[in-house]
Amino acid sequence: MEKLLELDNLHVSFQTYGGEVKAVRGVSLSLDKGESLAIVGESGSGKSVTSKAVMRLLPNKIGSIKEGAIRFQGKDLAKATEREMEKIRGAEISMIFQDPMTSLNPTMTIGKQIMEGLRKHQNMSKSEAKERSINLLKLVGIPNPELRVDEYPHQFSGGMRQRVVIAIALACNPKVLIADEPTTALDVTIQAQILDLMRDLQDKTGTAIILITHDLGVVANLAQRVAVMYGGMIVETGTVDEIFYKPKHPYTWGLLASMPKLNSDSKELLAIPGTPPDLMNPPKGCPFAARCPYAMEVCLEHMPEATNVSSSHKAACWLLDERAPKVEPPEAAVVGGAR
Amino acid sequence: MLRYITKRVFAMFLTLLIIATITFFLMKLLPGSPFNNQEKLTESQRYALNEKYGLNDPVPVQYINYLGKLAQGDLGYTFQFDGRTVNSMIANGMGPSATVGFEALVFGTLVGLILGIAAALKHNSFIDYGAMVMAVFGIAIPSFVFAGLLQYYVGVKLGWLPVAFWNGPEYHIMPAFSLSVGVIATVARFMRTEMLEILGTDYILMARSKGISKQAVIIKHCVRNSMIPIITILGPMAIGLITGSLVIENIFAIPGIGEQFVKSINLNDYPVIMGTTLFYSFLIIVIILVVDILYGIIDPRIRVAGGKS
Repeated sequence: MEKLLELDNLHVSFQTYGGEVKAVRGVSLSLDKGESLAIVGESGSGKSVTSKAVMRLLPNKIGSIKEGAIRFQGKDLAKATEREMEKIRGAEISMIFQDPMTSLNPTMTIGKQIMEGLRKHQNMSKSEAKERSINLLKLVGIPNPELRVDEYPHQFSGGMRQRVVIAIALACNPKVLIADEPTTALDVTIQAQILDLMRDLQDKTGTAIILITHDLGVVANLAQRVAVMYGGMIVETGTVDEIFYKPKHPYTWGLLASMPKLNSDSKELLAIPGTPPDLMNPPKGCPFAARCPYAMEVCLEHMPEATNVSSSHKAACWLLDERAPKVEPPEAAVVGGAR
Repeated sequence: MLRYITKRVFAMFLTLLIIATITFFLMKLLPGSPFNNQEKLTESQRYALNEKYGLNDPVPVQYINYLGKLAQGDLGYTFQFDGRTVNSMIANGMGPSATVGFEALVFGTLVGLILGIAAALKHNSFIDYGAMVMAVFGIAIPSFVFAGLLQYYVGVKLGWLPVAFWNGPEYHIMPAFSLSVGVIATVARFMRTEMLEILGTDYILMARSKGISKQAVIIKHCVRNSMIPIITILGPMAIGLITGSLVIENIFAIPGIGEQFVKSINLNDYPVIMGTTLFYSFLIIVIILVVDILYGIIDPRIRVAGGKS
């Protein structure tokens, strides 16, 4: 089946005063129609950069796609012109940002902010666009949309603003919605509401979602497939069940182990010791080797190939090589296992 | 909104009263009196003149009398000419002053905005550095230096524009331009900084992620939000233009209100000092009020209380 969106060996670099930062180093991903894929990883692992590269919204002067392709419905976005991208952004692929307090223009009514995309992509008249905006606000659960459409962002609470941002992103029925940490800046109770809303809207509209997060709880809630990123690479991909119950990569184990558990007696929060690699001088071998308790000599020298665990599950780790010693995941990393 | 403006207007009169009081007594502390320097006057003539203008009364009485007339909008008579009222002097002088000031403000703001926007969009390029070097010169070099240079090169050497006086539109160009240099520089610098900051905000990224063109993002989202601090500095700047025009009016021999103000201080012409001071204060207060109202129009977050929310 034709993939909706396919990243093939994507490399993204930033030119800084200190040198070239290789933020994304060979990411390959695919997304089916209507699917939801989560990209997880800690800060600086390259997840946001990957998503901005898809939208071609990297900072112009310093960030660039060095290598690889971003195929969307057969077209390579990595080579698209700015004008071609303008037709795709908002209409085919749209984006939700992390902080709803700063992602809305403070001096423009939210109605106008929703209408902008509609007027551009669907050639709607002002009154049609306004009507559609009101419907969208209703869809995302804003009470009294007829009145609130003319209000300004500061008259909305954080959760309501994120609903507005979602309404803007969904205005033109995009095929892909990229949500960059959509709940990170919100209260926990509001987080659940926003996740429910996103799942509900996905059922209604059939939009594929790329969810970028470091919160595994959010992943379990919303995603069907997960890609774990580390050091600008994807270290493991699989279905949610495979990642949560049969993780193969030590970094994924670390992530799962560091998730606080309600049924654990332990008073301590587990963390992965060490810091992420310096992407100015990325390590030759596996990026996680320096922090990995199971690292072998080969890990420092050679990047492991992605190994198929099942048809949907891949991990890039030397432990999966048949010559490697057998290692079981630590008890804390077993979901539902720590007692 | 109406209630807000009423309140502000009431406060304005109170402020004017305080300014009038302070100026009146400070002025009386100045050494000399209006008719001292006319040495040909005899003692009795001087006494008669002082009597005519009420200067022999005790100061508090003079103050009460002045306020009484002021309440009726009468600023009194000048000491310099027989029978000319201060009101008519201000009315005559206001025309040229306001014209030059307004022209400089509009021209300076427009050019400054364009320079600032261009510098921000071409950040760290030749245009950016060029505009900012010009801005530093514009802020550092006083307007009268430009005025002198313009008079000499454009007026005398090239003979393109009249060197001085006030007889038609071509007489406006050099004084208005000299005045606008500082405005251009200040506005350009503020606009550049603000644009750069706003270009980096999430809502600009969000706007671009909607697929609207870069130009539309800049005009609709970036410029408008960058204007907010510009409005704030425009108020004091408009005031600066009125007072700054004292020097420029002198250099270009424009019969403006600034010229009369300076002359009145030299001559101890009390009613004119009072009249022009109060008039300036009135203008400043009105400009501040206008700025506050404009502020609310451009930024909904600070729309005044009591308005339609």
